Amino acid sequence: MAIFSPERVWWKPLGREERLWVTVSAVWCFFMFFMLIGWYFLGAQNLPTKTMRITPAQFQTLTDAFVQANKVGEEAGIPIVHVPAGGDAYLIAKQWQWTPILELEVGKTYTLHLSSLDVQHGFSVQPINLNLQIFPGYDFIVTVTPNRTGEYGLICNEFCSIGHHLMTGKIIVK
Amino acid sequence: MAAISAPNIFTGTKSQYRVCPVTTLKVDLAAERLIIWNAVTAIVALTVGGLYALLIGLTRWPDVHLLSAPWFYRLLTGHGLNMLVFWIVFFEAAGLYFGVTALLNARLVGVRLAWVAFALMLIGSLMVNVMVLMGKADVMFSAYPPLAADPLFYVGYILFAVGAILVCCIFLASLVMAKVERRYEGSMPLAVFGLLTAAIIALFTLASGAVALIPTLLWRLGIGEVDPGAYRVTFWGFGHSAQQINLSAMIAIWYSLATLTVGAKPVNEKLSRFAFFLYILFINLGSMHHLLVDPGLGSANKFFNTSYAMYLAVLGSLIHAFSIPAAIEVAMREKGYNKGLFGWLLNAPWKEPGFSALMFSLFIFGFIGGPTGVVIGAGQINLLAHNTWRITGHFHATVVGGTTLAFMGFTYYVIPLIFRRPLFAKPLVRWQPWVYGIGMILVSISMTMAGVLGAPRRHWDTTFTNAAIPVQLPSLTNLMLTLTGIGALIAVTGGIMYVVVCVGSLFMPKREARALDPMEA
Ligand code: HEM
Ligand SMILES: [Cu+2]
Ligand SMILES: [Cu+2]
Repeated sequence: MAIFSPERVWWKPLGREERLWVTVSAVWCFFMFFMLIGWYFLGAQNLPTKTMRITPAQFQTLTDAFVQANKVGEEAGIPIVHVPAGGDAYLIAKQWQWTPILELEVGKTYTLHLSSLDVQHGFSVQPINLNLQIFPGYDFIVTVTPNRTGEYGLICNEFCSIGHHLMTGKIIVK
Repeated sequence: MAAISAPNIFTGTKSQYRVCPVTTLKVDLAAERLIIWNAVTAIVALTVGGLYALLIGLTRWPDVHLLSAPWFYRLLTGHGLNMLVFWIVFFEAAGLYFGVTALLNARLVGVRLAWVAFALMLIGSLMVNVMVLMGKADVMFSAYPPLAADPLFYVGYILFAVGAILVCCIFLASLVMAKVERRYEGSMPLAVFGLLTAAIIALFTLASGAVALIPTLLWRLGIGEVDPGAYRVTFWGFGHSAQQINLSAMIAIWYSLATLTVGAKPVNEKLSRFAFFLYILFINLGSMHHLLVDPGLGSANKFFNTSYAMYLAVLGSLIHAFSIPAAIEVAMREKGYNKGLFGWLLNAPWKEPGFSALMFSLFIFGFIGGPTGVVIGAGQINLLAHNTWRITGHFHATVVGGTTLAFMGFTYYVIPLIFRRPLFAKPLVRWQPWVYGIGMILVSISMTMAGVLGAPRRHWDTTFTNAAIPVQLPSLTNLMLTLTGIGALIAVTGGIMYVVVCVGSLFMPKREARALDPMEA
């Protein structure tokens, strides 16, 4: 009777089924606990990331210099930039655009810098569905090695005010 | 009605009681009024939030695409707040007052303060709603800075939280007073123990909310800065832990409904109480899983903080997942339904709304909401899930298909016993949990699938028609969004049935309950 006080002595040993269930559950939970930590060392899915403080103005300056040095074209008014192999790539999130369009080569490793100039955004690479939260004031530094060629769409999946659904971009892997 | 009086040491007035003829519980009349007002306000919030649910659900259905973008985002903000915050917390306030008075034969301490709390929550929720509808707070319920809303939006949010903190304090004070005045014998009932768990979690949760929102308000007034990362840590210390309040309250209601519907008795009080205790200790760090792909925090930190905390809390849930069905089975077998392995389940009172709500809630939470949450809470998988519709699918199976449905089932007992009115439109009542439950199963599964395919949450146009650079999601996404729209129609129908029954019952002639079963009361 869960809505009435229990009998005076309710501190009773568990029944057989209960002991079995609790044991199985506890073993499973502890296994998952160690696996979550273990996976960090065993798995290949960790994002190699680092974060630095940066102001939006500084990030803009770095990106401008990067675009100027490596620009190879333009689409819909957004510069296309060929990133030097093994080099740093800068990607700006702002209302409501990812800029520039990055051109990478398959098998090469890059250092990708992500930051916002205004509010928070959601970096979402499609169709592989890889998602990161982007802040203003933080340079989110991600090491990437593309392993498949193609054009990857970028969308924003953190609400960033009324034009949120207009915010797209692209990464080209050659 | 037998009224009993006892002196109230705080106000000098006498507490008035009545004795419920069905349950023989003693009900404090002052608490009863508070329960009624908080519950009615909760249902108003649910109605508003449900209307918005219909409109945003139809907007995300690609072939319907009902609202304009600004109104979609505005009403989505309103939906999150009215549902997740106002409906749930007003109902929980009613539940806490009910638990600490009726279930303990006790009185409410600080009745005047409880009305102040109610007023603060009411004013706060009205301010928030007005700001949202005026288009001055298009920021979603999470309100991440530097996205900014009108300062009055944060004021409303904070007032509401202060009211909720007062409710918890009144609950705790009344609980202590009931013990001091020896209103009940031995230990408190399990349901009250569950509510106590909820209230304890609520206190540190709401404190975390204050730490997030007060600096944000000051920043909007031109004082100081808010760091987006720090905000997210403290906001989710509130936003996620708040779900553990809901979880504890829901499980308290599961145990209560199991008792009310089939007379189930907790199989082992020690084990069930221990499971609640695990929540208090371990669940708050689960908030970290909102931050798994944020900049600024190292991977080791994220994985460690989500792992141990999460799995020990999961252990608590696994215990309840055993105890409640087991209690129902034992009770049914004692009644003689012993045929086969599942005879007890087939012969259970499925026609009783409290029971069907309990079973749908258990099923949706236990098989969809809980497991999906554990999966997306793993660091690596979160990369694939963060801010996609997979998240929205997950919590529509926890706080909606689980908590909301349990609260709905509980309401059908509260109306005859506390409002003292027979239920309106009983055929509707019988089917309501089924319609709502089936709709929500469809909504949560299709949302999850759409999210797995990449569909973002909080998004007006997943075809990206007007975007500068075209992006296309897999074609199956469209089907999933459509299924969500259809599920939303079904679930909203279930929601309307609930509101019609509640509002209709308010206009039924007042009379004492005649039976525990709400269909006969
Ligand atoms: C008839 C029932 C309901 C339906 C059809 C429904 C449908 C929806 C839809 C379509 C969204 C939009 C998701 C997006 O675009 O990202 C949403 C968001 C949401 N819903 Fe519901 N919902 C229902 C009930 C509830 C209830 C009862 C609650 C809480 C107790 C709730 C809590 C939320 C929250 C917190 C969000 C997220 C808002 C945000 O992302 O800021 N919903 N719902
Ligand atoms: Cu954005
Ligand atoms: Cu956005």
